[in-house]
Amino acid sequence: MLIIKNLKASVEGKEILKGVNLEIKAGEVHAIMGPNGSGKSTLAAVLAGNQNYEVLAGEVTLDGNNLLEKTPEDRAREGVFLAFQYPVEIPGVSNINFLRTAMNEIRTYRNLPPMESKEFLKLVKEKQKLVEFDAALTNRSLNEGFSGGEKKRNEIFQLAMLDPKLAILDETDSGLDIDALRIVSNGVNKLRTEKNAFIIITHYQRLLDYIVPDFVHVLYNGQIVKTGGKELALELEEKGYDWLKEASKETELV
Amino acid sequence: MNNNNEILERLTTEVYEYGFVTDIEMDIAPNGLNEETVRFISAKKNEPGWLLEWRLKGLRQFQQGEMPNWQNFEMPAIDFQGISYYAAPSKKAKYNSLDEVDPELLATFEKLGIPLNEQKALSGVAVDVVFDSVSVATTFREKLQELGIIFCSFSDAVKEHPDLVKKYLGSVVPYTDNVFASLNAAVVSDGSFAYIPKGVRCPMELSTYFRINAKNTGQFERTLIIADEGSYVSYLEGCTAPMRDENQLHAAVVELIALDNAEIKYSTVQNWYPGDKDGKGGIFNFVTKRGICKGVNSKISWTQVETGSAITWKYPSVILRGDNSTGEFYSVALTKNKQIADTGTKMFHIGKNTRSRIISKGISAGQGNNSYRGLVQVGIGAENARNFTQCDSLLIGDECGAHTFPYIESKNSSAIVEHEATTSKIGEDQIFYLNQRGIATEKAVALIVNGYAKEVLNQLPMEFAVEAQKLLAISLEGSVG
Ligand SMILES: Nc1ncnc2c1ncn2[C@@H]1O[C@H](COP(=O)(O)OP(=O)(O)OP(=O)(O)O)[C@@H](O)[C@H]1O
Ligand SMILES: [Mg+2]
Repeated sequence: MLIIKNLKASVEGKEILKGVNLEIKAGEVHAIMGPNGSGKSTLAAVLAGNQNYEVLAGEVTLDGNNLLEKTPEDRAREGVFLAFQYPVEIPGVSNINFLRTAMNEIRTYRNLPPMESKEFLKLVKEKQKLVEFDAALTNRSLNEGFSGGEKKRNEIFQLAMLDPKLAILDETDSGLDIDALRIVSNGVNKLRTEKNAFIIITHYQRLLDYIVPDFVHVLYNGQIVKTGGKELALELEEKGYDWLKEASKETELV
Repeated sequence: MNNNNEILERLTTEVYEYGFVTDIEMDIAPNGLNEETVRFISAKKNEPGWLLEWRLKGLRQFQQGEMPNWQNFEMPAIDFQGISYYAAPSKKAKYNSLDEVDPELLATFEKLGIPLNEQKALSGVAVDVVFDSVSVATTFREKLQELGIIFCSFSDAVKEHPDLVKKYLGSVVPYTDNVFASLNAAVVSDGSFAYIPKGVRCPMELSTYFRINAKNTGQFERTLIIADEGSYVSYLEGCTAPMRDENQLHAAVVELIALDNAEIKYSTVQNWYPGDKDGKGGIFNFVTKRGICKGVNSKISWTQVETGSAITWKYPSVILRGDNSTGEFYSVALTKNKQIADTGTKMFHIGKNTRSRIISKGISAGQGNNSYRGLVQVGIGAENARNFTQCDSLLIGDECGAHTFPYIESKNSSAIVEHEATTSKIGEDQIFYLNQRGIATEKAVALIVNGYAKEVLNQLPMEFAVEAQKLLAISLEGSVG
């Protein structure tokens, strides 16, 4: 589904991604871990098309289509969803109106008619239940005054509503209490299908107990320096990143 | 970043949708302003002598008057002798029934979304339409009459209800008030009049639609609304004009009178031609609007959405004379390209326990310049007066300006006057967030702006809130980044 080849990107003239290679197939869940500042959010931002980041080299295709030449909104309409590490607040814009606008924009792009109000509200109810999202939050202004955890849960609610092909969760687990973590994970598990894929960026093995990944990658200094199965996360939890840093230095020297 | 700026640029330079011209035979007074002009207009309208006298006093005042100099922009030179002060469709000044209205005019208003045919009209809205200098039709007059409500053109009111007009005309905005009010008194050609009798709740929205069409004219209308004891009325005005390279002057006066326990809600959606992206052309909108809460427990509420005009200079105000009376001012003013808005309100607290609330939301894009100017005055006798002012500015891009000039004069120590102000920018991160959900930048900005203005838009009658939202979005098309 998603193929990333030798992706290099910079921000403010500083190269952050230094040749990322990754292939994700439909139905898979990939976890990306790595120390602070290694470039995980940068990778997510570049995939989503944030224009503050400049792509220096490489290719990204989604189902064979060149993603890098598309606008952020077209990437979203093609089915890329980013659950932000820091969701922004938009005062006065009701959550539900925003979602309806988003959904209809995406549908229009796919040559579908706008969704009927009744159908839309039915879907809202259904997805609220699925990800156990508080109905009161649905009617409030988008993230305005939401607690950190509520914002994260709103990202998952939006994910459920928009039903993307590829969902990228950037540290959705951080800031969630234990119950919320379980609820969010259950939600994600329910949303997993043979047709979609997930990239889960996290620092904690704990989340991966709930959402079991097919692959775990370590991003370090702008490159994926190690890839393994779910047991790699356990190993990282135990050993930290230092042994990988050493290993990557060695490869650089070679 | 660059990309966003381009989109912004495009958004703020979008063309004006209502800029067409109606080709129709007109009766136009020669350019110039003098006693003869005033007599000409008065004679055209077959007016009583007292009204002509009042006009002439206005003219003399205007001739001595000086242009205001305190506003936050340079006053353009207006050639008052180069304008025609009367332009009316020549077939007939007033039509007895819609069948007599020139089809070209009917088509014009259809195109503007104001069908004059009562069957087609919004059922809850009665409209008076003013085309250049005259009112051409008023819908639902009979229906309103059954309740004793008078809703007609200003000219008809002078003929049919001279006592009411004589009693209240100039009582809130005298011809001496300011130079534009003097000018208006001298050359007023038409406008709307409403009287709501005691205890009656007006069952529909009353509205006036103003259209400037003719070249080289100005529009000088007068609106007078009287809410008798215990009555309620919600009134809305809208306006548009063709795109022309020359500036055109609009100098209207609105007077509202609320007696004991009465309430008037006055809403404006102002969309005069704003000029082109280089600041060429556009309406000079110099308007004086004031209401008096004359009776106890009365209430006057102004809501305005100002998106048009090259220059907007207006301060809808409330004189809170009656004890326990309330004045409100809700405003969204949007400036883009080279537009200028200097707008706000004045609240004069005179009676005891008077309350006022001011919510102003400025939006500046392109090289637009937006100033909020407000005065809260508390008189010696205004025991326990309360004012709350919230004054927000939203900036789009970095070439625009936002300023606030809040003045407070309190002579009563029991008064509480609160003022809050914020300035914010539309964040790139907000736009990106919405982009990431499939919403393109133009729509994203419209959403953010409408969210920002929501508290004011919510004050509009439902039929118009959606229109105003669209208008804000359209006005910003071409201007966001
Ligand atoms: N807009 C920006 N301007 C300047 N530097 C930036 C910007 N965005 C990211 N960076 C830098 O790029 C590097 C990678 O940041 P990124 O946010 O991708 O890290 P991360 O792996 O997500 O870290 P964390 O685990 O702390 O979330 C950091 O050094 C960061 O300071
Ligand atoms: Mg990060």
